[in-house]
Amino acid sequence: MSVDKNTVAKIARLARIRVDEKQQEELTGELNQILGWIEQLSELDTDGVEPMTSVVEMTQPLREDVVNDGYYVDRVTKNAPESAHGFYAVPKVVE
Amino acid sequence: MSNLNNLTISDALDGMEKGDFSARELTEAHISAMEKTRELNAYIVETPEIALEMADASDKKRAAGDAGLMEGIPIAMKDLFCTEGTQTTAASRILDGFVPTYESTVSGNLWNAGAVMLGKSNLDQFAMGSANITSYYGNVINPWQRKDSDAQLTPGGSSGGSAASVAARSAMAATGTDTGGSIRQPAAFSGIVGLKPTYGRCSRWGVIAFASSLDQAGPMTRSVRDAAIMLEAMAGYDAKDSTSVNVAVPCYQKALTGDIRGLKVGIPKEYRMDGTPKEIDEAWEQGIEWLKSAGAEPVEISLPHTKYALPAYYIIAPAECSSNLARYDGVRYGLRVDGESLDDMYERTRGEGFGDEVKRRILIGTYVLSAGYYDAYYNKARRVRTLIANDFKKAYESVDVILTPTAPSPAFGIGEKMDDPIAMYLNDVFTVPASLAGLPGISIPTGLSSEGTPLGLQLLGKAFDEETVLKVAGVVEEAAGFSALPQLMAGGK
Amino acid sequence: MSYRIKGNTGEWEVVIGLEVHAQVISKSKLFSGAATKFGADPNHHVSLVDAAMPGMLPVLNKEVVEQGVRTGLGLRAQINMKSVFERKNYFYADLPQGYQISQFLEPIVGEGTITLDLEGGDVREVGVERMHLEQDAGKSVHDQHPTQSYIDLNRSGVALMEIVSKPDLRSPEEAGAYLRKLRSILRYLGTCDGNMDEGSMRADVNVSVRKPGDELGTRTETKNVNSIRYVQQTIEHESKRQVKILEEGGEIVQETRLFDASNGTTRSMRSKEEAHDYRYFPDPDLLPLVLDPAWVEEIKATIPELPDEKKERFINDFGLSAYDAGILVADREKAMFYEEVAEGRDPKLAANWVMGDFFGALNKSGLSLDASPVSAKQLGGLIGLIKDNTISGRIAKEVFEVMWETSKDADTIVEEKGLKQITDTGPIEAAIDEIMAANPEQVDAFRGGNEKLIGWFVGQTMKATGGKANPGMVNQLLKKKLAG
Repeated sequence: MSVDKNTVAKIARLARIRVDEKQQEELTGELNQILGWIEQLSELDTDGVEPMTSVVEMTQPLREDVVNDGYYVDRVTKNAPESAHGFYAVPKVVE
Repeated sequence: MSNLNNLTISDALDGMEKGDFSARELTEAHISAMEKTRELNAYIVETPEIALEMADASDKKRAAGDAGLMEGIPIAMKDLFCTEGTQTTAASRILDGFVPTYESTVSGNLWNAGAVMLGKSNLDQFAMGSANITSYYGNVINPWQRKDSDAQLTPGGSSGGSAASVAARSAMAATGTDTGGSIRQPAAFSGIVGLKPTYGRCSRWGVIAFASSLDQAGPMTRSVRDAAIMLEAMAGYDAKDSTSVNVAVPCYQKALTGDIRGLKVGIPKEYRMDGTPKEIDEAWEQGIEWLKSAGAEPVEISLPHTKYALPAYYIIAPAECSSNLARYDGVRYGLRVDGESLDDMYERTRGEGFGDEVKRRILIGTYVLSAGYYDAYYNKARRVRTLIANDFKKAYESVDVILTPTAPSPAFGIGEKMDDPIAMYLNDVFTVPASLAGLPGISIPTGLSSEGTPLGLQLLGKAFDEETVLKVAGVVEEAAGFSALPQLMAGGK
Repeated sequence: MSYRIKGNTGEWEVVIGLEVHAQVISKSKLFSGAATKFGADPNHHVSLVDAAMPGMLPVLNKEVVEQGVRTGLGLRAQINMKSVFERKNYFYADLPQGYQISQFLEPIVGEGTITLDLEGGDVREVGVERMHLEQDAGKSVHDQHPTQSYIDLNRSGVALMEIVSKPDLRSPEEAGAYLRKLRSILRYLGTCDGNMDEGSMRADVNVSVRKPGDELGTRTETKNVNSIRYVQQTIEHESKRQVKILEEGGEIVQETRLFDASNGTTRSMRSKEEAHDYRYFPDPDLLPLVLDPAWVEEIKATIPELPDEKKERFINDFGLSAYDAGILVADREKAMFYEEVAEGRDPKLAANWVMGDFFGALNKSGLSLDASPVSAKQLGGLIGLIKDNTISGRIAKEVFEVMWETSKDADTIVEEKGLKQITDTGPIEAAIDEIMAANPEQVDAFRGGNEKLIGWFVGQTMKATGGKANPGMVNQLLKKKLAG
């Protein structure tokens, strides 16, 4: 499988990364090189092998339902590029 | 002064306990070394004031008979660990200026044990890289140089700043994180000890995530004993990390008995790869001999899916990173590049905030998870991961520990392998399989290459059996007697 | 009976599926210890985890899992002993992680059933496809600043259950019945408060149309509709719109739409349409959720009697009609109130009083059940007085009005006002004798064959006894005396 420039533009858009024309060109080459190399996995027969979800052979631990966090608006907005009245502020979203 | 800088942690703890010197003196010596080795660019942020304050507190604690495991030991903290009140960037422009309002569990554990923070060490951006050439804050330079050459070498990566600071004696030890070899490979390139614990041993809470199913913090030190001490201080169950495993943390130093008689050491035949430099294989053979003479029994084993580990890793890690790094969107912290709309702001922020390698991996990860490709790539890679873990499980039915080289080459020059991502990825060929299987591994410096740069050997263990890994590593260390010093270190060689 | 859209080319059938997002009742969020309470100041119920600060990790809330299992059991659904949390990746201002943690391939609850109570006591089974747990997003506020939107993450990370129906619904009425029944079950279970105004329940409405018997048509999904009436309007509008397009030779575009409450129509959300590819994959920060069978059994033991079972019991044990039973069980509190009223009383009489005068008074005064001035016990007391002939039904209505005003017990009022029914023949006979003596023409007319006059005599007798005479006895005695 290989990607063309349009696909690179599409995945860059999905990933919300601005990539200009020239970079698209370069990335197409690089990504194809990597994908081509990854392709060697297809020679391996993995039928019937369970995909690994985690190396930790445990199940999900559970937390008691207690309120023991939050109530520190300063700590969560301290690093915000823009904030107002305790909100984060972003360019206007049109729905 | 250089005296204090050359001490191991265990020596320094003894010295302070005896009253030969104080934590403040030890810290001052390292602050001075940090300043003198700035050309290495090992630190993104130096925190001398914090260090001195912590050192004074340590001296008081020791005087009160209340010394912790790492009391007064000045260390470098990889800039992937969030440190409350001190800038944490993952070496990315997208987090430039980010000051966490919280402390990672592992760094917190170390401070509680008395460690002193010298600064935040440089790394490959978001820990993605094997040469520390992807940092927004510039390359890290290996304190080691080739014989008869002052060409700048890479310290390896991603924990390159940590490795360089420990090698250059501007830190007694440093934290690292290892996703596919990011502790072990730079340790090998820089002539130090680097230990990646079992996945789940150290909490990931507060460590900036690269690939969550693989990331694991560990110590980078100048001796195996130091690694044992520091791991004990770092490790432990953390209810805030669902993948943290609730098993007791032993006193790892007690494992350093030097007695490995009867132990079976696996030698995986698949790690003899075409194109590996002869001296790497020779160092490996030498290691086998050392263990044999110490009474261990080398056993040839097979890890048949080894060659598929690296390509599987380069699907799994980018896939996870593409999602883990989605939170860097310019809304709540870090860089924001204004745009005409929200999406425009996202794209500009992420386009300018992330470095090229990070972008490359995000795009690969986005692609392999996208509709129509998920099964062919991501699920395939997860199946391969199962096979690789099974390879190790089977091997550990007949051996106690596995010995391999750490990296397929000694440190290379900065600028080499730059234009070929795959050549760069191949650096991790020996370290990635154990990462995929979540197993502990250590790199120990064993000698110098023909170029005069360090070589390392890797020991891999069973899950949560860091003790055996450390025990055997201690024997290798003893046999190797590695005492060479790098050219670029505080006070000169 | 069946709902059909009449087009130019004949009748069209509407196929509806609902994806209901119901906020799980829990104190803290799905993966963090921040509070879930509604109405806090911006970003106050937000932890470092909810704000997706670097290095933060999720830890699953046990109570939410328990509520999920409880809901599954209440929907008579398959409980999946192993389920997996996955990441649904997309960018949005109120989605701080850049992904929503949800369940995708392996949800906690599989197929189940909801029984609809339709008009006239009819019932119909509707399939539940699955139910999974997921994080809610934050909220964007667009009207506070001319060029900026404000983001509040208080809701970010609150646990939701997404309950997905099969495409089994065929009319707005059925969709309404489905939502009402689902809400009723969730409230019985105590797993969601069902409060659509506060957004704790909202629905994505999938609608397609087809000629009866044809294959399923292309559907549209109208997102986040937050009242039952709006869901019904969405279906009405969307099905007509689709029929019109199809009959004009057009094609339905599979798309996401938005309901506009101001005019009851839907419109395309083109902005959200573009290239959605959620790239689901198992969240590597979490491990598979495996339920201990013993725990599931424990949860099962806490499941209360649910509306369907209660309705059966009301019909079988109390002799209520299916319709009455359906109304009484729709709301758990009302059902419990009724049961308390009926305790040791005539259940049918109790049902009539609860659904008639009592609900009537409640509606009229705009009070909620728990603010009612008349308690279930008191209403039961009143019914007791009717049943043992202490007062007549007519007097009881009077007594009830006083009870509503004063919150006094029925027997106190009867005592105070001397409303006790006269059941001695003496005073009644005396009253009748007096009336007959004073009205000889009416007596003659009755005896001459105008038997309708009996009603007039009854009225006079009741009037003379202040309404307290037992109506049955009055009738009986009048007939005897007038017969001469």
